[in-house]
Amino acid sequence: MATDLIPLGDPSLRQKVRLELVVNEERRDLVIDGYKSLLELLREELQLTGTKHGCELGECGACAVLLDGQLVLSCLVAAVECDGRSVQTVEGMQNGPTLHPLQSCFADAGAAQCGYCTPGFLLAAKELLERKPDATRAEIAEALSGQLCRCTGYLQIFEAVEAAAAQLRGGR
Amino acid sequence: MPKKSGRDGGARRAKSRSGELRTVGHNVARAEGVEKVTGAARYIDDLVFDDMLYGATLRSTVPAGRIVAVEKDPQFDWTGFVFVDHRDITAPGRNAVAMITEDQPFLAVDRVRHQAEPIWLVAHADRARLAAGLARITVRYEKEKAQLDFETATEVLKEIAIKRGDLDAAFARADVVVEGTYRTGAQEQLYIETNGVIAQPGAGDHADGITVHGSMQCPYYVVRALRVLLGLPEAKVRVVQTTTGGGFGGKEEYPSVLAGHAALLARKAGKPVKMVYERHEDLIATTKRHPSIITHRTAMKKDGTILGIDIDLRLDGGAYVTLSPVVLSRAAIHATGPYRADAVRIRGRVMMTHTPPNGAFRGFGAPQSQFAAEVHMDRIAAELGIEPIALRRKNLFNTGDVTATGQKLHDSVAAHEVLDRALARHAIATKAAAKARGKTAAKGAVKGAVKGATKNGAAANGAPLRGTGLALFFHGSGFTGGGEVKLASKAGIALTKDGVQLLVGSTEIGQGTRTMHAQIVAESLGIPYDMIDTADPDTARVPDSGPTVASRTCMVVGRILQRAAEKLRAQLGDYDDGKSFKKRARKLLEARGTVEVIEEYERPGDIVWNDTTYEGDAYGAYAWGANIADIEIDPISYQARCTHFTAVIDIGKAIHPILAEGQIEGGTLQGIGWALYEDVVMRDGKMHNASLTNYIIPTTLDTPPITVEIVEHPYKNGPFGAKGVGECPIDGPAAAIVNAIRAATGKRLDAVPATPERIMKALV
Ligand code: FES
Ligand code: FES
Repeated sequence: MATDLIPLGDPSLRQKVRLELVVNEERRDLVIDGYKSLLELLREELQLTGTKHGCELGECGACAVLLDGQLVLSCLVAAVECDGRSVQTVEGMQNGPTLHPLQSCFADAGAAQCGYCTPGFLLAAKELLERKPDATRAEIAEALSGQLCRCTGYLQIFEAVEAAAAQLRGGR
Repeated sequence: MPKKSGRDGGARRAKSRSGELRTVGHNVARAEGVEKVTGAARYIDDLVFDDMLYGATLRSTVPAGRIVAVEKDPQFDWTGFVFVDHRDITAPGRNAVAMITEDQPFLAVDRVRHQAEPIWLVAHADRARLAAGLARITVRYEKEKAQLDFETATEVLKEIAIKRGDLDAAFARADVVVEGTYRTGAQEQLYIETNGVIAQPGAGDHADGITVHGSMQCPYYVVRALRVLLGLPEAKVRVVQTTTGGGFGGKEEYPSVLAGHAALLARKAGKPVKMVYERHEDLIATTKRHPSIITHRTAMKKDGTILGIDIDLRLDGGAYVTLSPVVLSRAAIHATGPYRADAVRIRGRVMMTHTPPNGAFRGFGAPQSQFAAEVHMDRIAAELGIEPIALRRKNLFNTGDVTATGQKLHDSVAAHEVLDRALARHAIATKAAAKARGKTAAKGAVKGAVKGATKNGAAANGAPLRGTGLALFFHGSGFTGGGEVKLASKAGIALTKDGVQLLVGSTEIGQGTRTMHAQIVAESLGIPYDMIDTADPDTARVPDSGPTVASRTCMVVGRILQRAAEKLRAQLGDYDDGKSFKKRARKLLEARGTVEVIEEYERPGDIVWNDTTYEGDAYGAYAWGANIADIEIDPISYQARCTHFTAVIDIGKAIHPILAEGQIEGGTLQGIGWALYEDVVMRDGKMHNASLTNYIIPTTLDTPPITVEIVEHPYKNGPFGAKGVGECPIDGPAAAIVNAIRAATGKRLDAVPATPERIMKALV
């Protein structure tokens, strides 16, 4: 049941806040409601709806994005905390028309069935491979353990990440 | 355009029998592959309509009671709010969710029959205001006595009986009678995208119509529900499925309720209204897998021959009928497991309780009833002192055998084959694992474990207890009995200047419907896959192909499309490649304007079913499965963990091997989740653990290596031999795991989920 999570009596939360941040390598200058999360900022203010939500409580991983290169759950990050920082979402993974190897490998390996969890997985995997280009399957499983997928059984996701890692190591 | 895939799809499959197919059987690029990895795919909550309001639902907080009053806080500023209650539903509309019966209201009138039952609907343009307002509406009840436990419930929502042969005689002849009672818990579908819709006043030229976009499996179910609710003719109702973030049955019937709610608000407000559930609301309010209690009595000969099977099966229906009668029927028909017996009696009942209605979930009753059947098989083996594999082999269906409903299995029976393949694959995996551990494979460990009853290796040294368990199962493809005839599904193909467009009401919910249908049509027309386009699932454009459920989308709808393609091919005359096809297509289009071939389901001549006596050919074909689970139990925490899983499934023909494997892997892991982790805890008739922190689904770390093998035993009436694939994989894992736990501990569990608490109780 919806509860009164936002105490509208508290005017500070209703206050507009000015923010400057970089999203997918583009400078953004925004005025938003102070109570909004990074997830809401991305989806509602910037119409970057590739970032999904499945709980808004930090439990499902669907909203994962990179904040200054670190994996964060955007539903748990207050938008105001992102002032002066840099955010990467799934929309920023492509290089022009060329898919990132993780994207093409996910598509080819069947790693995106309904696709709803996919953006979160892609960013979690990207963060991992930047840190550990030759991650083992166990390391991949560990790094993706905060992301829930109900469709695939994860195995095709592991295979996609391994294939992408090989491509990236091969310098492609 | 066939695309090379990076994985060993081919190696994992048994050799294809289909020769030189050009598209079918190949891992072509998935139709919506790119949009799903770039974030471009638009799901319902990604859409925003002009002047749109948000809707929310005021729900009951008691399991049973009379509504005395609904009161709004007079201190609160209600400007801009829209309210709907049952009085807003006016004739010729009816306050009834059109499903199998019309017992469930869209909005409670004067009583509530379960927790979280919708009472009022509220809308506002600002979501934060909406939440604040909703919290300031209170309902006063006069509580009534609630029946929360289905095992002691007496009100029956639906009862069926299956009878075959002389059961009394079978039990009189028996050397041994083996009895057991088995229980399964509720399970949440847990699609990662929650339920959501947007309703808009008007449909096409009809200002008084209604249009609903949403996440759903069955747009035409929603059309029907809206017609009944609003008293509208079909032309004034338009339903469009948006990209859907998983369904698993959970978006089969529930979207009808939600679409109705949003439609009521939209009509009252005169504006579009979006309703997307939060996770907590989705968990407490929507349907789950039916909990079950199933008792088996089996008349056995000493040599392991089954003489007679007597089964009593009860499901917890919850407060309303929803789809329970058909879930029950599938549960009952599959209740013997894939074994023959000359005498069978199955009594099935759905019990009414004051809990949120249960409904469709992948497998649709068959996972519950085959869990009982396969755990019971191991019990019989133990009581007779026969090896479990030998016992199964003795009774497994062969071609020519007869099922509980009297169906003679003419063709495509792969029960033995999947067992053989699973044992072979498991042996290889076990050897490899042992080698990887640097040990020599303990000879006979595999067989010994599957034999059951390996000794309770009392873990004095703290080492985990290990065991291996087996389960065999089958799953009827398509609607039960006369269902497909009643549905009379339609699907078709329209000629375009660049190729063809498929007109299909079946939905893409992640399983690859569009891709697989396009492959079937490309192959049948003999043109490249990339010349096939699929119309959006909009009921204003596509015909009713029946619901996207029951593992029917490939076998049944795919077959209709194949027939349509053959007809179109005949109309086009000779062409030998895509280019000459286009030429002929353009000519024909010039002459006729539009060229569309719409075909309807045709009952294969040899299928006969009697819906009153429950006799005959329950399904056109069955998929067959074998699972072997290796598990270990931590002797301190009693947590069981699956260390390796083998899944061999016969699906007739893998139209797209990677997609088919994805269905098997996903279904298997969902089954493992149901077996080990997923525990719906009910308190006072309400889901108590309604969040993802305490309703646990498997994560990457809970996923064992899964060896998948697809067997292709073609079905003559399926497209290129294909049968259903979506559901069969979830019928086996729970039994395989519980049988493995018994092998590891020597103790019976007879229930899922096998939580640490349950395992500890059995052990100490
Ligand atoms: S939406 Fe689920 S973790 Fe953020
Ligand atoms: S692909 Fe559907 S949840 Fe992962």
